[in-house]
Amino acid sequence: MYGSASTHDIPAKATTGLENEDPILLAEFEARIARGEKIEPTDWMPQLYRKQLTRMIEQHAHSEIIGSLPEGTWITRAPGFRRKMAQMAKVQDEVGHAQLLYSAAETLGKTREQMLSDLVNGKSKYSNVFNYPTPTWADSNVISWLIDAGAIVNQMANAKGSYGPYCRALDRICAEEAFHLKYGHDAVVHMATGTPVQRKMMQEALNRWWPAIMTFFGPSDKMSVHTEILMRWKVKMATNDACRQQFLDMYVPKIWEIGLTLPDANLRKNEDGVWEFTEPDWEDFKRVINGDGPCNAERIAVRRAAEENGAWVRRALLQPQARYVRPLA
Amino acid sequence: MNPTLDLLYRLADDQLILGHRNSEWNGLGPILEEDIAFSSMAQDKLGHALQLYTLLHELGEAEPDTVAFTRNAPQFHCCQLTELPIGEYDFSLIRHFLFDHAELLRFEALAGSSYEPLAQVARKVKGELKYHVLHANTWVKRLGSATEEAIGRMQAALEFTLPYALGIFETTDAEPDIIRSGLFIGEAELQARWEASIGKVLAQTALTLPDLRTLTPVGGGRRGQHTEYLQPLLDEMAEVFRLDPTADW
Ligand SMILES: [Fe+2]
Ligand SMILES: [Fe+2]
Ligand SMILES: [Fe+2]
Repeated sequence: MYGSASTHDIPAKATTGLENEDPILLAEFEARIARGEKIEPTDWMPQLYRKQLTRMIEQHAHSEIIGSLPEGTWITRAPGFRRKMAQMAKVQDEVGHAQLLYSAAETLGKTREQMLSDLVNGKSKYSNVFNYPTPTWADSNVISWLIDAGAIVNQMANAKGSYGPYCRALDRICAEEAFHLKYGHDAVVHMATGTPVQRKMMQEALNRWWPAIMTFFGPSDKMSVHTEILMRWKVKMATNDACRQQFLDMYVPKIWEIGLTLPDANLRKNEDGVWEFTEPDWEDFKRVINGDGPCNAERIAVRRAAEENGAWVRRALLQPQARYVRPLA
Repeated sequence: MNPTLDLLYRLADDQLILGHRNSEWNGLGPILEEDIAFSSMAQDKLGHALQLYTLLHELGEAEPDTVAFTRNAPQFHCCQLTELPIGEYDFSLIRHFLFDHAELLRFEALAGSSYEPLAQVARKVKGELKYHVLHANTWVKRLGSATEEAIGRMQAALEFTLPYALGIFETTDAEPDIIRSGLFIGEAELQARWEASIGKVLAQTALTLPDLRTLTPVGGGRRGQHTEYLQPLLDEMAEVFRLDPTADW
């Protein structure tokens, strides 16, 4: 999954530092991007570009591993062989996405260890939707279908961005996300058209998740500043509102089609093709993304425990064959 | 129990329960690559279990989902080694190493089983198990020869796990028939091959293999006697499945 957790919150003085960049190199860099060329790790790039991309790819990577946790807890409870094996494969893919993305971010100069340490120390963010609980199997299915659907909208856009390693990682990721979407849709359809117990469970999960889904693409562009330079540099490829509109247009009809309802009386498509909806609670969004959500502490604690419990293995790997007590041959 | 069913249940239950356990490493591995590796091996094991339960179904037993998701602990025939919680990575790695060495040799032997449907499954399964053993050997050699800390942990895990590993080879009343009818070479022969196989790898590390004759095997699993950990695992596994037994999930 995910992208755009908070690219909207670029520092207010986003252009700071640009005046210190070599104007000729900067002009060449911008011309290359305008021509549709990709920027590669050893190419010249402005500091701000490096910083924003590192942050964006890193957040995306964190979203993949943290995002694997809520669905991961349902692997051991998935009903039946077919779902159990698919849930395992799906969640495994997400961890694989994290691995790919950390590698892409490392090409910009920050190590995986640093990124993971910033994650467990609360210094870097991940997609806010994973700070909400998944109390039932249906919640996990809603994530598999609709959060992954949102991620695809985001990532298909970002895959056309300017940074080569990120684009190539996204191409591979999108191919796998397409399977997640199919899996999630199939699981949701089975429940939405199943027994009364299943239908109720699915509708309740959807009601629970809808407000978070509506915040998935980040605050309205009316509220974001400084996206302009990031769009020019093809770091950000589509506005939050454009992504949200695209998502609603693709998925609301599919949700209604299988007999599920959405908990927003104002949700409708206008004659001009624009979706109207109740504005999400952005104050709550801010509160949760800044650490005060129902699952923030738990998610970070799990990740921290994994880091701490595995530290001895990484120490051993860093000291390969430190001592041979016996010869190898 | 008829010897074929007896053998198949032991094989299938081992795969299901250890696959389930290995899948618990999701999000908790010492490095992301190990999260991914344990998940791959867990998926393979679930796949093996499904194929084996399908053979049982063809012999008149219930559907694979029913067999896997609705029995209670006393009806399971897995060895106790497979049901222990994942613990720390040292234990999970050593369990994986000890179990999969036995498993590879077992399925290599089963490829020649007189029961042709099982032999066919075994020929596919052994190909996958080769990679599991390669993975286990790589890590055991690496960590078993690295820092003092790693060697100490691995040695302790080995000593804790070995008595349970010997329980892999616990026999049932059907054993003489299983051997006589050519279904399988038998547990004693398998154990001899396994000892040679793990010994060869451990000899390339700083780890010491204790004299196995001095250890008391932890048995019972093959006869439905399990640790306190199996029933909670099964309850968790069936939590959703049991919500609505009439449902198609
Ligand atoms: Fe993903
Ligand atoms: Fe996904
Ligand atoms: Fe294995």
